[in-house]
Amino acid sequence: MGSQPGPLRRRPAEGLVAGVAVGLGRRLGVDPTVVRVLFVATALASGFGLAAYLVGWVVLGVEEAAGTGLPEATAGGGVPGGSGGSGGSAGESIASRARSDVQGLALVVGMVPVLVILLLLASVTQVPWLGSIAWPLFVTAGGLVVVWRDGTDADRAPLRQLGAPIARLGAGPSGTWRRAVARAAVGVSLGLGGIGLLAAGNERALLGPLGGIALVLGGILVVFGPWWSNLARELAEERRARARAEERAEIASRVHDSVLQTLALLQRHAEDPQRVRALARGQERDLRAWLFEGRAPGGLPADVSTLAEALRQVQAEVEAAHATSVELVIVGDVPLDDRVEALVAAAREATVNAAKWSGAPSVSVYAEVEPSRLSTFVRDRGRGFERAAVGADRKGLSDSIEGRLRRVGGQALVRSQPGLGTEVELSLSLVALPQRGAR
Amino acid sequence: MSPVPGETGMAGRARPRVVLVDDHRLFRSGVRAELGDRVEVVGEAGDVDEAVEVVLGARPDLVILDVHLPSGDGSLVVEGVRAAGSAARFLALSVSDAPEDVIAVIRAGARGYVTKHIAGDELIDAVERVAGGDAVFSPRLAGFVLDAFSAIPGDPPPVDPGLDLLSAREREVLRLIARGYTYKEVARELSISVKTVESHVSAVLRKLQLSTRHQLSRWAAQRRLV
Repeated sequence: MGSQPGPLRRRPAEGLVAGVAVGLGRRLGVDPTVVRVLFVATALASGFGLAAYLVGWVVLGVEEAAGTGLPEATAGGGVPGGSGGSGGSAGESIASRARSDVQGLALVVGMVPVLVILLLLASVTQVPWLGSIAWPLFVTAGGLVVVWRDGTDADRAPLRQLGAPIARLGAGPSGTWRRAVARAAVGVSLGLGGIGLLAAGNERALLGPLGGIALVLGGILVVFGPWWSNLARELAEERRARARAEERAEIASRVHDSVLQTLALLQRHAEDPQRVRALARGQERDLRAWLFEGRAPGGLPADVSTLAEALRQVQAEVEAAHATSVELVIVGDVPLDDRVEALVAAAREATVNAAKWSGAPSVSVYAEVEPSRLSTFVRDRGRGFERAAVGADRKGLSDSIEGRLRRVGGQALVRSQPGLGTEVELSLSLVALPQRGAR
Repeated sequence: MSPVPGETGMAGRARPRVVLVDDHRLFRSGVRAELGDRVEVVGEAGDVDEAVEVVLGARPDLVILDVHLPSGDGSLVVEGVRAAGSAARFLALSVSDAPEDVIAVIRAGARGYVTKHIAGDELIDAVERVAGGDAVFSPRLAGFVLDAFSAIPGDPPPVDPGLDLLSAREREVLRLIARGYTYKEVARELSISVKTVESHVSAVLRKLQLSTRHQLSRWAAQRRLV
């Protein structure tokens, strides 16, 4: 608790669900994990933890972590930020929004009979724990209703994620549906058996209550277990899918640059068997090298080690494959690394595009290395195009140029006017790179 | 009638008189054909000594000069002609040369540099511009100049900043030219007149010719080291 932690606020950007534990941990100077474990433990013991968490979710305002653009950058009604160095502005709490939600409040109040019934049931069956979970259950359910009705989209997202498997269970194919019914039946009967044992518990010494609890837990596990394991698997899967999607985009732009470009060239030179054969052979060699030797197609030979050499290579290749001259001007130079190579690949694609589509007799490529920035311009005085008229399936612009730069933290800017030509500007920040020739 | 190069520019004259200096006969006839009848070719030469002799004899408005000749650099031709008191203008033309050789020709006094890929009408345009007293920067020359003047981190500041450094606007103009913009396109992009673009380019040329030998030779040494 060394520094001023500021007022108690949720931190959704850092949290697992709604950021209540992180906020509490910050405030108390405790690791959020400790707070999380406490919440889970008390939730399992009596349901109290879950209820407390939801209350926190509803009541606490949002702390906007510096630099994270949270969607709920609300200002009105917010309490000014803390006096210390936390610097975050306070967001509106869900509770303050819920005050005006009459229907939502009615819904919550409407749950009171359920609470009463539960308490009655507890007293009738003489099961003390049923009574003890009744209140937390009520608070939890009420909190969920309020969060769902009055929370922002960012608040609803974790709920949606938790609830998705349940929803899918009902909507799944008939096979799964039948299995789910069977599973629910087993779970409910286990749970009922457990409750029965507990209800009769005062007649036996210890075995009854323990066995009853085990049965209830077993029932819960049977019913919810698959959902939980699904949820965990889906989280891991989602992460993997993102990595795969990125890889696929990379492969797609590679294939586009090499195979698709060659196929387009083949169509153009269909009446020239010699040229077709040469193009096909070259592409075959490239693909083999990629598949069996791991060298990327359209990639650069191993002896090319700087930006200028790579761009000269691009110039030579494009001039050889297309009837277009490439005017190349380079100011400064940097050694190649993954990011610079991505820029070169994008520049190559832009140059090929200009050679293929613009109809201009020459393409200008200009690269300049400044101490902190690398920029490359590919310009033609050809026919130009309207961005809106380029189909989404034409991967050249979006994937091979803009996507490539985006993936390495750079930027691609396309300026084109029908009839006046096109200029593609590619830029990359070079902060971490040593400049060649500088001593 | 007798033309006095350097005095009046192109106004009122029909065709610039040109001497071609290049060691390849085939290339000379190619250029001659491209220039067509908008330019009067009054002489040709294939090496340094011949070139100086022909230029002094023919008194052309303009010399189209290969940067590299078998007997030496094009800069020797410029210096030889200047030493004899002629004010003929020079336009350097070549396929691809080391930047320091191109800069040397410009520093010797050539008023422009274009590559041999240049289209016929653009070449004629360049010839008329240089004959008229303007400077002609091809994208590549603009790149060379930016490179030569680029501030290298950690370098001591130049002795005379006014001479050695390009202004921000001049850099901007050079950058656009390097990107393939014509003077007219540069003017449109920067919302200035073509005349202003021309004066910026001339100023750069002057700075290049007057800049301390120290700075440029260090740049050339660095390029060779790299």
